[in-house]
Amino acid sequence: MAFVSSGYNPEKPMENRITDIGPRHFSEFLPPVIAKNKGTWLWHEIVEPGVLMHKAESGDEVYTVRCGGARLMSIGHVRALCAIADKFCGGHLRFTTRNNIEFMVETLAEAKKLKEYLNAQKFEGGSHRFPVGGTGAGITNIVHTQGWVHCHTPATDASGTVKVVLDELFEEFGQMRMPAQVRISMACCLNMCGAVHCSDIAILGYHRKPPIIDHEWLDNLCEIPLAVAACPVGAIRPTKKEITTEKGETKTVNTVAIKNERCMFCGNCYTMCPSLPLSDQTGDGLVIMAGGKVSNRISNPKFSKVVVAFIPNEPPRWPTLAKTIRQIVEAYASDARKYERLGDWAERIGWERFFEKTGLVFSEHMIDDFRDPAYYTWRQTTNFKF
Amino acid sequence: MAKHATPMLDQLQSGPWPSFVSDIKEEAERRHKNENNVEFQIPVDVCDDLLGILELSYKDGTTHWKHGGIVGVFGYGGGVIGRYCDQPERFPGVAHFHTMRVNQPNGKYYTTEFLGQLCDLWEMRGSGLTNFHGATGDIVLLGTTTPQLEEIFHELTHNMNTDLGGSGSNLRTPACCLGESRCEWACYDTQELCYQMTLEYQDELHRPAFPYKFKFKFDGCPNGCVASIARSDMSFIGTWRDDIRIDQEAVAAYIGGEIQPNGGAHAGKDWGAFDIQKEVIDLCPTECMWLEDGKLKINDRECTRCMHCLNVMPRALRIGNDRGLSILVGAKAPILDGAQMGSLLVPFLKVEEPYAEIKEIIEGIWEWWMEEGKNRERLGELIKRQGLAKAISAIGSTPVPQHVQEPRHNPYIFWKEEDVEGGWERDIADYRKHHQR
Repeated sequence: MAFVSSGYNPEKPMENRITDIGPRHFSEFLPPVIAKNKGTWLWHEIVEPGVLMHKAESGDEVYTVRCGGARLMSIGHVRALCAIADKFCGGHLRFTTRNNIEFMVETLAEAKKLKEYLNAQKFEGGSHRFPVGGTGAGITNIVHTQGWVHCHTPATDASGTVKVVLDELFEEFGQMRMPAQVRISMACCLNMCGAVHCSDIAILGYHRKPPIIDHEWLDNLCEIPLAVAACPVGAIRPTKKEITTEKGETKTVNTVAIKNERCMFCGNCYTMCPSLPLSDQTGDGLVIMAGGKVSNRISNPKFSKVVVAFIPNEPPRWPTLAKTIRQIVEAYASDARKYERLGDWAERIGWERFFEKTGLVFSEHMIDDFRDPAYYTWRQTTNFKF
Repeated sequence: MAKHATPMLDQLQSGPWPSFVSDIKEEAERRHKNENNVEFQIPVDVCDDLLGILELSYKDGTTHWKHGGIVGVFGYGGGVIGRYCDQPERFPGVAHFHTMRVNQPNGKYYTTEFLGQLCDLWEMRGSGLTNFHGATGDIVLLGTTTPQLEEIFHELTHNMNTDLGGSGSNLRTPACCLGESRCEWACYDTQELCYQMTLEYQDELHRPAFPYKFKFKFDGCPNGCVASIARSDMSFIGTWRDDIRIDQEAVAAYIGGEIQPNGGAHAGKDWGAFDIQKEVIDLCPTECMWLEDGKLKINDRECTRCMHCLNVMPRALRIGNDRGLSILVGAKAPILDGAQMGSLLVPFLKVEEPYAEIKEIIEGIWEWWMEEGKNRERLGELIKRQGLAKAISAIGSTPVPQHVQEPRHNPYIFWKEEDVEGGWERDIADYRKHHQR
């Protein structure tokens, strides 16, 4: 493995250096029919699950075939996508915000042929490579974070939990029988790189044990005032402690003390200080939240609410998670009205009925007690249902 | 023969949804075969070791990635996330496994030529594993070693005319919906505005100078396909302020059942015949629509542009012609002080080159936040701490009822001295002349 230089000269880092150029302009990448009709689209329809048709003022039509993908993908997989785009789409493709892949062609016949081709491609292990779907009132791809694959703070894996939930809901990806779209999102810790807090259904990794304090190293690896300031509930204070080091010496170190009963396990201290790890095999697991949305359609955007306080991590296939999400989806699908998002349904029937119809168990953990906003979630009326 | 046994991960190869495990295994095999005779610059068994360490996490239920390290390319304070595993002896292939964020083209359209170049680069100098895309929108290249960072950056900028994205306390890589490129509801050119703002603020993107991260997202309409209202410090959402354009013939076609409602989105279940009264008019949140002699009427002055009627009847109803955007500020996930949705700051702005008004608003907000924001305080938290009125004044704007859902519940108004006639300086002796102690 000999080192191959790109042309960069470490002796003179500024020599021919190019910086601050940003991305390429998007117009370099648009398929011709898209470039031609940009800004003049009239309307669209979903011809069949996974196939969209957009009509332009010019009379042009573009057919988009959408397929799902694991957002964690290899270059081999990307090259396979490129080969399909070369074969069917003149070398163009795009990705959606929800990690789907879109291939655009100009006739329905081509779209159908492409759909059939995509649906026929499988991995040796049996799973689809490019399943077509993710349109309309159905369940599309789950956006997610890194999890155990690549992150230092997760309370669970992201790719694995998403895989098992989408396996469970697979037929919904390829059909459109829901009252409205159901957006499912996954974040593997409270930092929520995935911003799942406004999803119809959110899967969230959560810790339940306060940080372990690495007293011997803390003062070397962390700024103690920053660790103290990082705690939103004031549970961390600076202290001195007599410890026995790994080598067996006794000494007094500057460190922190934590009031464990105040901790709500946000992990912000660990973000600031690597000597305060939280992760734990039995402590960590999943929260399910439901009823959020970002669209302004009919009702205002809203936050997801905690409907299951904890599900243990059950790798590799997280059966309780998959079963619980199926339960929520089925209750919603059979009871909500056309166009009604999951959160709008829950609000119309009342959250007391939501728990009844989904079969989920309400507990004290679902009553908000974090600061002012908590009050606004309690019931200040006699209007409730028995 | 796989380098590490992965009995738990292997159970994720079955089931219909694309298996990331199968995909990584194939990549591992391709690297070993190396049919293209690539001079790999990082360990050939990086994919094997990634599967190995992931299997370990599946067994012991915890992560094996250490807290990030400070690595990057010269002159930039972001774009590279340092990552080291905590079991380097067992999994040397992923001992260093840094992430590089590459600024995606806006709207996420690609040519296979560009992707092919990127794949070649990442095959030789990285793990061959990617995310298309990260949550913020970047192309994420997962896993390389420190000596490769400058080499990759050199190749990206010199051969691909492409830059890194953001990380840390800076402007994060802006992202947008596909906008006018393929959507009839785009109220402005989201891709162009996103591109222009990305270029304008390259310094803020690459050189962290903010109290914390800052995100721009550009949604073409209130449907919000990039979720800007939930997850961007500054959210640009397309809207219009004149009348919805109505094609009465198409309305009749919907009523007559000739066109499927909602673009056919509900075709998977028999919901019965389309009923415009029940499905459109009665669901309008402002009750500003009615039928008159078979024609659909809208009192546009009362419409709040929620998009429902347009979504249900895309062939009959179209966005207005006087288009622009609303700006909302302060959205964020729960860390630290609880989740926040974006709050309306600017009800309406036209989107016109050279975007001077938009830049003024951005810079006014940044100036205030950089002056007043505490370390690691998101814009939304500053707004909560100091009040929305401060944000409105930071951009030199005037408060209007549109800024609030409802007026304040308490009379605890922070009057300023200059607002009160005669000021606040008073003499106690004067007071005592009329009020005995």
